[in-house]
Amino acid sequence: MSENNTHISSYGSHIFVLMCLITLTFITVAITSVQLGAFNTTAAMLIASTKAAIVLLYFMHLKFDDKIFRFMVTLVLAIYAVVIVITFFDYLYR
Amino acid sequence: MEHNATIHATHDHYDPIASKLGMWLFIFTEILLFGALFIVYSVYRYRHPVEFHLANQELNVTIGFINTVILLISSATVAMSITAMQKGDKKMTIIFLVITLLLAFVFLVNKYFEWGAKIHHGIYPGSEFLLSLSHGDILFFGLYFFMTGLHAVHIIVGMALLIWVLVRVKQDRINKDKYAFLENGGLYWHLVDLIWIFLFPLFYLIH
Repeated sequence: MSENNTHISSYGSHIFVLMCLITLTFITVAITSVQLGAFNTTAAMLIASTKAAIVLLYFMHLKFDDKIFRFMVTLVLAIYAVVIVITFFDYLYR
Repeated sequence: MEHNATIHATHDHYDPIASKLGMWLFIFTEILLFGALFIVYSVYRYRHPVEFHLANQELNVTIGFINTVILLISSATVAMSITAMQKGDKKMTIIFLVITLLLAFVFLVNKYFEWGAKIHHGIYPGSEFLLSLSHGDILFFGLYFFMTGLHAVHIIVGMALLIWVLVRVKQDRINKDKYAFLENGGLYWHLVDLIWIFLFPLFYLIH
């Protein structure tokens, strides 16, 4: 946090990130309004994950902070992913 | 770290990295709390696909979309308040925080009308009309009210936290050299946004 390694995101970059997020929201609404069956869910979840990654990296500053934060977040998300996989293995092959 | 110690020698017990680490640990518990609820939702959706599909169409996509955009903008303004603070611009920090709080309030007003319309149509947990529907419908609306309700509670807590941050900024207790508290308030607000990013498609869009 010393003066020489603090990254200051500009106002412009925040606005740009915001525009990306709003565009992705529009795309999700557009995609899910078309009946594509199971593809709808996949597409909506992929876009939501992309938006979440953008928020984590830029708004929550993970891209510029100490690596330890990125490492911890990745670890927690990985554990969560494992829990999802195990739960669905249970329901699908019971 | 030794370099930090000299810079912040005047502030005893001030360690921005450590306080941020603590904030992230707390955020992890929140992620797992909502994460568990998302798994409950997925499993019930998998078991009752038809009912979830039909119940889902009851929800108002327009209101959900507007609230998504409101939360995204408020996330950006909180991030910009940190930028302003880093530049030492106290006035802009306060303006951005106030805009964030106003947007949060608008979100809650929308939520009030959305829930109000549902309740007006007799759809609320335990209502006679809802209990006359199938098991899947009851589960869908139960999860809808619980998850968006828990999220709304987080919005209220986030607003209280940001008001606290705002007061501290005004008192100069949060300043250009010491703004970890503002950053942590911002992290909490982004978390609230993060959760909504998943709630919106799951409840309003997918069918």
